Amino acid sequence: METFQTTLGQANPASIAIFFTFVAITLGITYWAAKRTKTTSEFYAADRSISGFQNGLALSGDYMSAASFLGIAGMVALKGYDGLIYSIGFLVGWPLVMFLIAEPLRNLGKFTFADVVAFRLRQKPVRIASSVGSLMTIVFYLIAQMVGAGSLVQILFGLPYEFAVIIVGLVMIAYVTFGGMLATTWVQIIKAVLLIGGATFLVIITLAQFGFSPVELFRQASMKYGDAVLSPGGFVTNPWDAISLGIALILGTAGLPHILMRFFTVPDAKQARKSVFVATGFIGYFYILTFVIGFGAMVLVGHDTILGVDKGGNMAALLLSESVGGQFFLGFIAAVAFATILAVVAGLTLSGASTLSHDLYVNVFKSGHADEAGEVRVAKIATLCIGALAIILGLVFKGQNVAFTVGLAFAIAASANFPSLVMSILWKKYTTKGAVASIVTGAGLAVVLIVLSPTVWVDIIGNEAPIFPLKNPALFSMSASFLVGIVVSLFTREPDAADKFEDEKLRTYLGVGAE
Amino acid sequence: MSISQEDIKGILESETFRALVRKRVSVTLTLTIVMLVVYFGFILTIAFNKELLAAKIGEHMTIGLPIGIGIIVFAWLLTGVYTRWANSSYDRSVRELRKKITSH
Repeated sequence: METFQTTLGQANPASIAIFFTFVAITLGITYWAAKRTKTTSEFYAADRSISGFQNGLALSGDYMSAASFLGIAGMVALKGYDGLIYSIGFLVGWPLVMFLIAEPLRNLGKFTFADVVAFRLRQKPVRIASSVGSLMTIVFYLIAQMVGAGSLVQILFGLPYEFAVIIVGLVMIAYVTFGGMLATTWVQIIKAVLLIGGATFLVIITLAQFGFSPVELFRQASMKYGDAVLSPGGFVTNPWDAISLGIALILGTAGLPHILMRFFTVPDAKQARKSVFVATGFIGYFYILTFVIGFGAMVLVGHDTILGVDKGGNMAALLLSESVGGQFFLGFIAAVAFATILAVVAGLTLSGASTLSHDLYVNVFKSGHADEAGEVRVAKIATLCIGALAIILGLVFKGQNVAFTVGLAFAIAASANFPSLVMSILWKKYTTKGAVASIVTGAGLAVVLIVLSPTVWVDIIGNEAPIFPLKNPALFSMSASFLVGIVVSLFTREPDAADKFEDEKLRTYLGVGAE
Repeated sequence: MSISQEDIKGILESETFRALVRKRVSVTLTLTIVMLVVYFGFILTIAFNKELLAAKIGEHMTIGLPIGIGIIVFAWLLTGVYTRWANSSYDRSVRELRKKITSH
């Protein structure tokens, strides 16, 4: 096979044109959405006007980050089957979102998941604690996205890192500030359609090289790199590590604030349910495509070329696009990957802004009494702050190894947000002190333990041996969060909260009084 | 919707409502456990017996490939099972109970 020469790293006019077309169209949508974004319900929740199907697409748009596209395809390309194990972990959280969270969340909440946790507990302490869990999840997730955006653009177009970070930051601030949830939703939908469409086309032209037979693709992969690529390798060795990572991915998915927030954009619980069904279908389909793309890159591009461009293998999908689809198609996929980061960052920023304005400003600082116009204004200022923070984080963490921040974001979501949400929905005796203690324990332990884990203590700080043995702390921090929440609740009494639990049932299960 | 505290109490204590809540909790917990057992079963199989998934089912095909893809499809089908149940059975009971509330 002749060696394949890539044009990655040179300015690709097709890519830049496609990306700026995407930006122009989405800014046009933002202009349209801005006229429909005056009230709080419009700003945070698109006035609950999004259909179940649309929200399903938008949820998948929010969830399919560039990391899951480029990262998982790269992992499959280099390690084969192990990449599939990793992507399965990202998917199986979705059924749990549906069974445990989506409908009660929609029925009880207004704009943020803290609405649900604080529903029958004392507002101020619970809102403050939930905001901490929420903001920590968002900030760590943002770091990974912004650094990813900068590095991606550097490799793709040869443009400076800072340029990409600032472009992403400014465009995303424009979407969210002016267009609120309505614009953000349509950005997610367009991005999801482009990403799934692009990946589908890439799989079709890749499989065309193998007579449309996946078996033939696997055959050539194993001829080239051995049968080992078709079965589990080194990804799961220590069962405790695997379980802990699994818990972070699964329960973390059910505790991501920007995902949870999307359930308030649909009119009722039935549409919330439908949106998870649609989202799970698209995300699952996408991971199957990613698996084929990874194997395609393994066979048609080869390990040497992939590793030559990026040691992490992150460029495998792009190299394959160029190899089978030519320069124009590479430009298309590269533009879509960049748009993907933009969309995910917009969702994160909106959710961070709603935490600052709805949870902290209105319900803590103003004790729940703020006028519509005032709250929208604060929400827009909060958007600017989070947007500026995202840009600063992107610039500060340039060149740093931030791969662990996604795992940390999921660990915090699984250990702080998920336990408090589930206990407040299901457990009558849950108290304010129990909730605060549970959230603080979960978030605190997740951060401290990851610093002491092999991921940071050894790989980043460079110590000999880790103090905490597991690579992801979720198993420990999530269990501790539940345990502390239960014990503290049992030792404190809050008759008000227990009484309200009964009344709340009418709303949780029947949707009576849901907003 | 004007509804007195007594009406609320009446509905909350009615057998229909209690049965509905019990049913919902048991369906959702069962499905959750099924998903977790399948996923962690898969992960622990890999951790303790990798060879099992490396078993050949063709010259260049392992049993692990259809199983892995199968879990993705299974997770989606499970959300479909729940949606079907909720759209028909659960929503019907909800509608009936809500009718009682509005007729007061």
